[in-house]
Amino acid sequence: MSFACIFVPDFPLEALLRAEPELRSQAVAVLEGKAPLQKVFAVNEKARRAGVEPGMSKLQVETCTDLALRPRSPVQEAAAHAALLDCAQSFSPRVEDTGSDTILLDLAGLETLFGAPPKIARDLARRASDLGLEVNVAVASNPDTAMLAARGFSGVTVIPSGKEAERLGSLPLEILFAGLSALGGEPEPERFLETLERWGVRNLRALAALPEVALSERLGQAGVRLQQLARGAPSRTLVPVEPPLVFEEAIELEYPLVLLEPLAFALSRLLDQLCARLAARALATQELRLQLELENGWQEEEATSSHVGEFRHAGRATRQIFCRTLRLPVPLLDARTFLKLLQLDLKAHPPGAPIVKIHLAAEPVRPRAAQSGLFLPPSPEPEKLELTLARIAGIVGENKVGCLQLLDTHRPDAFRMQRFAPGEPQGLKPISKNLPHAGLKPCAIQKQPHSQKQPGAQDHPDAQTTGADAVTALRIFRPPVRAAVTLRDGKPARIACSKHPELQGDIVWVAGPWRSSGDWWQQEGWARDEWDIALPTEGGLALYRLVRDLLSGGWFVEGSYD
Amino acid sequence: MSSLLVCAQPAPGHAVAFPPEGSAFLLKRISALPKLAAVTPASRLKVPTPEMVSSGIRELDALTGGLPRGCLTEICGPASSGRTSVLVATLAAATQRQEACALVDVSDAFDPVSAAAAGVDFERLLWVRCGENKNSSQRPQNTEKKEDRERKKIEGPLEQALRVTDLLLQSGGFGMVAIDLGGIPFRSARRIPLTSWFRFQRAVEHAPTVLFVIAEAPCAPSCAALVLKLQSVKPSASSPQLSASRGAAAEISPGRKPEVAGVERGQSLQGRQRSCAADSFAAVVPAHTQLLDQLKIEGELLRSRLERKPARSVTAAFTTKAAGSR
Repeated sequence: MSFACIFVPDFPLEALLRAEPELRSQAVAVLEGKAPLQKVFAVNEKARRAGVEPGMSKLQVETCTDLALRPRSPVQEAAAHAALLDCAQSFSPRVEDTGSDTILLDLAGLETLFGAPPKIARDLARRASDLGLEVNVAVASNPDTAMLAARGFSGVTVIPSGKEAERLGSLPLEILFAGLSALGGEPEPERFLETLERWGVRNLRALAALPEVALSERLGQAGVRLQQLARGAPSRTLVPVEPPLVFEEAIELEYPLVLLEPLAFALSRLLDQLCARLAARALATQELRLQLELENGWQEEEATSSHVGEFRHAGRATRQIFCRTLRLPVPLLDARTFLKLLQLDLKAHPPGAPIVKIHLAAEPVRPRAAQSGLFLPPSPEPEKLELTLARIAGIVGENKVGCLQLLDTHRPDAFRMQRFAPGEPQGLKPISKNLPHAGLKPCAIQKQPHSQKQPGAQDHPDAQTTGADAVTALRIFRPPVRAAVTLRDGKPARIACSKHPELQGDIVWVAGPWRSSGDWWQQEGWARDEWDIALPTEGGLALYRLVRDLLSGGWFVEGSYD
Repeated sequence: MSSLLVCAQPAPGHAVAFPPEGSAFLLKRISALPKLAAVTPASRLKVPTPEMVSSGIRELDALTGGLPRGCLTEICGPASSGRTSVLVATLAAATQRQEACALVDVSDAFDPVSAAAAGVDFERLLWVRCGENKNSSQRPQNTEKKEDRERKKIEGPLEQALRVTDLLLQSGGFGMVAIDLGGIPFRSARRIPLTSWFRFQRAVEHAPTVLFVIAEAPCAPSCAALVLKLQSVKPSASSPQLSASRGAAAEISPGRKPEVAGVERGQSLQGRQRSCAADSFAAVVPAHTQLLDQLKIEGELLRSRLERKPARSVTAAFTTKAAGSR
């Protein structure tokens, strides 16, 4: 078993040099702190030779010629650290994020893929160099030894198993405590250093040679642990880190986009990258979040006063963020489908302003694993269905397509539309429907039309129907048609409706009323009388449901029996 | 191109005699030629019989053999003829077979309560409600083309229904796609171009989808494989609480004298006849406690391109019951 450690000396400086590689040939110093109390935080070798040391003030180092001064950049450091992690994870799946400048890898099982550990170490260094980072790489039989070797020796170091104490012996004690601080180790390292220096211990070899019992009596278990590290003895296992899976892509446009067609090109590129990253990890997505940064160019600019609710940069336009979230019923991984859905969504909900930046994020989920049966009825493909529903929503409106759900209330015509997701058919099962009571005529028990199934019908879905009678369906007029009704003996005798010629004339047959009411405890209370009426038509009789709203007194034709 | 089979002029050295029987004999001889042995006359072509599925109403299944997959089926009839009841029963049967169904509701007249009473599984029913698209009148869309905005303003429910049906049939995977034109006047429905119906029929031809249309009158008779005409015969009313014998029923039948029976719950129905207008509807006005109970419907098979053996009658009668009755 072997472990590798990647260590970046002067990490803040390296992060800056990664962004500005032309500075490598110059003396560079990184400043930290707030003006005018900025101090030198890190220097490179050339600056060190010029006499610049960490801790010097800015005023002191400004006198040096040919010295490039740069402020410390947390953003660049984060990007460099992410690049370092990517480099390590491209070799091994078990990576420990020890510190911002230190990464540990488990090389077990990688020989057949990448070769011997020395070759792996050289490849790691080369790969990091390609990323713009000059690193030290060390390979040893335990993680702590590899870390100490990477911190103490420059370049690539390979410590054979059993030679740890011998190779680490020449390293100074400061290396030991620097490594421990990266692990969140011993408090007060200065006390240990001072004590060991008083004893004449200057390097790890001397520390390793101290008697263990006497060391523990004077420095405690912390001292024993330090001695074990100096001897290169294994003391811990690797703690692999699972970085959060963040799949986000962003692009800043050179000029604002006004039309949706060119936006589709940019979205297509982002979606291709996202889908490729998801596919590399064998994942899919069920949610896409699109954020468009808009250029609010319609307001008067260059104003220095701020309005309530707005935040203005001096001399810059206010930027608004337009967000859309696309939620899918099943995990998908098809860039073309995503692009089409986003296009349809943006067409229905346009941003309303030019777009200057696009940010797209995908929520990773495990891909869908569905196995269709040979004898199951066909069902729509989820990808095609989503596109079809989006297109239909663009034609009839979003709230006009879907599957309906009856609400648990007696209020007539109470339902809501929800997303249509039929799900996979699972074979026939006994039919049992709990019919709601909303709007039904009085009857203690609702009839279940398919409760009397013929024997064997369950196995033959296309066989003869059951013996139950069909239900008289009602065709609802939405909205209900207002009518003028003439009563005789308290019953409707004649009806007139100006907008519907078929709803005029003497009522041939009338039955009712059936009174219902509800929600009287709320503001939306209702009360009504229902009548079934028959009107003569050319073809015979037409049956309607006539309703009288008891609260307003108006008469309405609610629907026709058909 | 092959040469003439029968030469008008005799070939040199070959004597040709025209048979006295005429063209029938000639056709028989032509069809027996080796070159035409692989050709099958159109009249003898065997069209594969489509798979039939239940409509949810036994009497209709006995009349038609069921509804054919991959074909267009039309149900037509005037108002209160039972078209919507048949539609709902068919949707119930299809959804209970765990098939995904789609209903293109041109008039937005679908009643969820009736459908629930019929046994429709709403999770498998896609309901498309045609009408005014309110989303088109939202905030100014500076990214939308002018012609798109104009198109949306003049697009009516019927045009929406045609476009939606195209999308549904192209998407595929639906066991049944139903188009409800019941609320559209026939003069508007017949303006649907025949090419649209042919396009729909071609789209389902090789798919296991039942394309089901209800309308006032046949809209696509030439491309429908099955056309049924419905007519209501007898609506009947009864009291809400009925005995097992169901002795109480007051029936109204156009052109017939009504027969009135006693009403349950210890009451006797005091029937009274009322003279109607010149169209001579004889009506019996039931008591105010009686409600619509049954609707008797007669269906007539107008057209069927499907093989029906043995020969059956062309009409069938069935009864629908109100959603709240036992």
